[in-house]
Amino acid sequence: MNARKRLLISDILRLWKQGVAIVGLLACGIATFIMSTSTIRSMEASRDQYYAHYHFAHAWASLVRAPNALLDRILEIPGVTRASGRIVRQAILDFPNLSEPVTARLVSIETKSLDALYLRKGRLPKLGAETEVVVSELFAEAHDLKLGDTLQANLGGKRDLLHIVGIGLSPDSIYVVQPGLLLSDNRLYGIVWAPREKLEAVWNMDGAFNHLAVELENPADGHKIQTQIDELLSNYGGTGSILRDDQESHARIRDELNELRTMAFLAPAIFLSVTIFLLHMVFSRWIGQQRERIATLRAFGYRVHEIAWHVLQVISIWIGAGVILGVLIGLRFANALSGIYKEFFRFPEIIQVPFGWEWIGAVMLGAAVAALGAWSGLKQVVRLPPALAMQAGNLQPSAARFLALWSLRSTSVAKMSPILRLVLLRMLANPKLTLLSILGLSLGVSLLILSSFFQSTIDRVLEHQFSQCQRHDFQLTFDESKNESSMYEISQWPGVTRVEGFRAVPVQLHNGNQRERLTILGLDPNAELFRLLDTSNHASIPKSNGGLVITKKLANKLGVCQGDFVEVEVLEGVHRRLRLPIDRIFANYTGPSASIDRATLHEWMREGDRLSGVFLTLDPNYRDEVYQRIKKTPVVCGVLNRQATLANFRELLSRSTSAMRFINAIFAALITLGVAYNSALITFSERARDLATLRVLGYRQNEILWILLLELILITLLAIPIGIPLGYTFAYGMITSLDTDSHRLPMVFAPSTIAYTLSVIAAATAVCCLMVAQMASKLEIIHVLKVRE
Amino acid sequence: MSVPRRPLFEAKQLSKSYPMGDSVVHALRGIDLQLHEGEFVVILGASGSGKSTLLNILGGLDTPTSGTLMFRDQDLSACDEHALTEFRREHVGFVFQFYNLISGLTSLDNVRLVTEIANAPMEPIEALRLVGLENRATHYPAQLSGGEQQRVAIARAIGKNPSVLLCDEPTGALDVKTGAIVLDAIARIHRELGTLVVIITHNAAIANMANRVIRLSDGQIARIDENLNPQPASTLQW
Repeated sequence: MNARKRLLISDILRLWKQGVAIVGLLACGIATFIMSTSTIRSMEASRDQYYAHYHFAHAWASLVRAPNALLDRILEIPGVTRASGRIVRQAILDFPNLSEPVTARLVSIETKSLDALYLRKGRLPKLGAETEVVVSELFAEAHDLKLGDTLQANLGGKRDLLHIVGIGLSPDSIYVVQPGLLLSDNRLYGIVWAPREKLEAVWNMDGAFNHLAVELENPADGHKIQTQIDELLSNYGGTGSILRDDQESHARIRDELNELRTMAFLAPAIFLSVTIFLLHMVFSRWIGQQRERIATLRAFGYRVHEIAWHVLQVISIWIGAGVILGVLIGLRFANALSGIYKEFFRFPEIIQVPFGWEWIGAVMLGAAVAALGAWSGLKQVVRLPPALAMQAGNLQPSAARFLALWSLRSTSVAKMSPILRLVLLRMLANPKLTLLSILGLSLGVSLLILSSFFQSTIDRVLEHQFSQCQRHDFQLTFDESKNESSMYEISQWPGVTRVEGFRAVPVQLHNGNQRERLTILGLDPNAELFRLLDTSNHASIPKSNGGLVITKKLANKLGVCQGDFVEVEVLEGVHRRLRLPIDRIFANYTGPSASIDRATLHEWMREGDRLSGVFLTLDPNYRDEVYQRIKKTPVVCGVLNRQATLANFRELLSRSTSAMRFINAIFAALITLGVAYNSALITFSERARDLATLRVLGYRQNEILWILLLELILITLLAIPIGIPLGYTFAYGMITSLDTDSHRLPMVFAPSTIAYTLSVIAAATAVCCLMVAQMASKLEIIHVLKVRE
Repeated sequence: MSVPRRPLFEAKQLSKSYPMGDSVVHALRGIDLQLHEGEFVVILGASGSGKSTLLNILGGLDTPTSGTLMFRDQDLSACDEHALTEFRREHVGFVFQFYNLISGLTSLDNVRLVTEIANAPMEPIEALRLVGLENRATHYPAQLSGGEQQRVAIARAIGKNPSVLLCDEPTGALDVKTGAIVLDAIARIHRELGTLVVIITHNAAIANMANRVIRLSDGQIARIDENLNPQPASTLQW
């Protein structure tokens, strides 16, 4: 081994602590980047392959009933390449060991249809075996259902026993969510694929369908074709078609991928910035210390680029190690993330992407970190005149020194103890290092805010949604609209304390070229169980004979203001068009929705007091009895249990966020340790002589330690007020990126977020203090004093 | 001036050895020595004679491998790190070859660094006055000459009213003229405060200032000379 290689190894070994910090932080940055990007690619590849192989449709429509022959007419629409009709109905399932009623989406099994069924286990129902069914995989897992198990179902008013012969998935239900809910609850809602003959018989759908899926030659023509489909279906009770963008499962995956894209940018940006700061701090300091050696090498005749190459090699080894470690950790994390996603999204197979642009991206990010972090140090090496290098280095730049002198001459600091002044002086004398340390730590603080603010945001939304807006225990949906007597029957059930009916009508709202398909909710003016509240909890009550009360999201989509008129196209019963005013617009946390006074809605529909369902509250002691009643009531085809839904939300969220929160806490602690410890290390090396002098003069070990710790603590204290707003700025960016069609999240400044952030930072600082104490105990007093500064 | 006889330090068979690879270096070999209050002692010796090791042990920076060192009634050879720190804090004033002033603090603050932790310190400005630098109190080390910096270091060392002033080659980094001014300041402290002064140096000329000159060679005391007629610093030449 030649001398230069030995020197390289000795330098790397001497700087091992700094090296570990830089490699660690870079690895974190690269790991989060690789984790997010490779998960995105893997999810996209899995989804796209699934869509292609199992013929995910481009448009869907629900209708009351149409003969199968209508499919031929749909196929005649230019641009439609395939069309398949299915029977889709909701039904209540009764699990003997579960008191709560479970809602199932029953879907007919069709041959060669779009959104084809993928069988994970078992087989399809045999010809003629009408009670054999296939259940969705997540639903099966939630109930531990196996092949051969049976399901008790309430089908069209009759109790039926269904036999599970298969467990499957379909591309239109990668993410399964019950209509009306924000998140999936696989325990209380699932998909059951049943033989067509069975559903035909139960719901009198011989040779007919009520759900259409179409494949388009060119998806870009979607809107044009959609209009033609809607026209065709209007005579068959069509409630309007939707395109992929509005398809629930597809939209959820898209939103999730968008969120990942934000994370793929934000988290690595924080880590890599800190790495750049740290590399700059360590490297510039190192070069400063090496001036004499550099001059000696130059005096021996080494060329500038040979010396520059030597220092570059040290950096390259750090960066290389960081990139490799980051890629390896990133792939491991990507695996863990896939595990979390498996709870929500199901594909036939997760395609692992072995090589892609993100690997090149990781290397390029590493190179960028090296270039930005080492640039000024390298410039120092190249520009150092050999003669100047022979002189002892002046550690304090003149401007900084002037600043230090000026600050310390002011009367306000004259009374400070010399120790405190010593600390302040060092911070002021090397403002770049101080500033970089503060900025680095503040990024650590911001990461903690970013990873923990979400909990309070979700808490706020859940509290608003489930305590303020929805105050019912159950929402029951009827299979078709019923008259008010159904409500009175339910109010007679034992334990039911209050019942309020609602009417839901599918409509399409138009304002010029803007249009939005949704279900208008007709509510009573004195409704208390389902309230329209804005984010400040102010209620909006639809006025009798008045117009619409709509959410701000809907107003934005349609481009309307309060007082404007919109055109309402009723998609149920006889299709009609009306013009209605917007009475009120309110901001809330859910997607576009519109409500109106129920009596007014009945007037439009030219119907009597029809109800689509009811909200009810009950005496908790009668819960089981009410469950049994629901299961036995044929008209009820869907149940939303507020308490169970809330519990499910909390569980799902805590499972998916706690892992990320823990990982981010570790990351933030690493940032704090990396930056604070290295800052202390630099202070220590610059101040070793002074500290040793003080020790000789009689200063105790703990007093010396205090000098080092005081700086560390001051830097941390200064980083907190910068890091918190920075963290909330990042959080705002994230909230904005999560502002989707289905929900909007509020910025919540919760004391618990700040408390959590401060406690992690305090813990990391405490660990750093211990490491500094260890370092200070190794101060070599006698040796230092023998050396000229 | 009569020399008081009460020993402040008493070393008996003081030895110090360091392992150096496979061998052992004997820096001190059985030193027997008494240092008295109010004395001005110069320890002379060439490089490697053991004088720095002796100063480190006297100043509580190091402990002997064998033998005992008493400071009044305190056995320094048996002290732990904590006790030695307390000893230095209370009793020892150090003057270094390279001054070791804290560059970011004024002369006065450099002195305050020590007076703030001492039990019975003098006023920082008084310490500066004793070395003739009271008008440089607000100057920073970089604004002072080498000799002035060393005098501030002396002021810092005596600010705590130490029992002993230990000077490690105090003129080693200075020219003759400046060195003489620094030695004069040390002599003045000795004269006015009656502090035991111990200077270690390889410069034999300084020995003329002392009451007693101890010559070290190869870790042992080669000779001790009494000087009944100490010379003022200004007359010294080297």
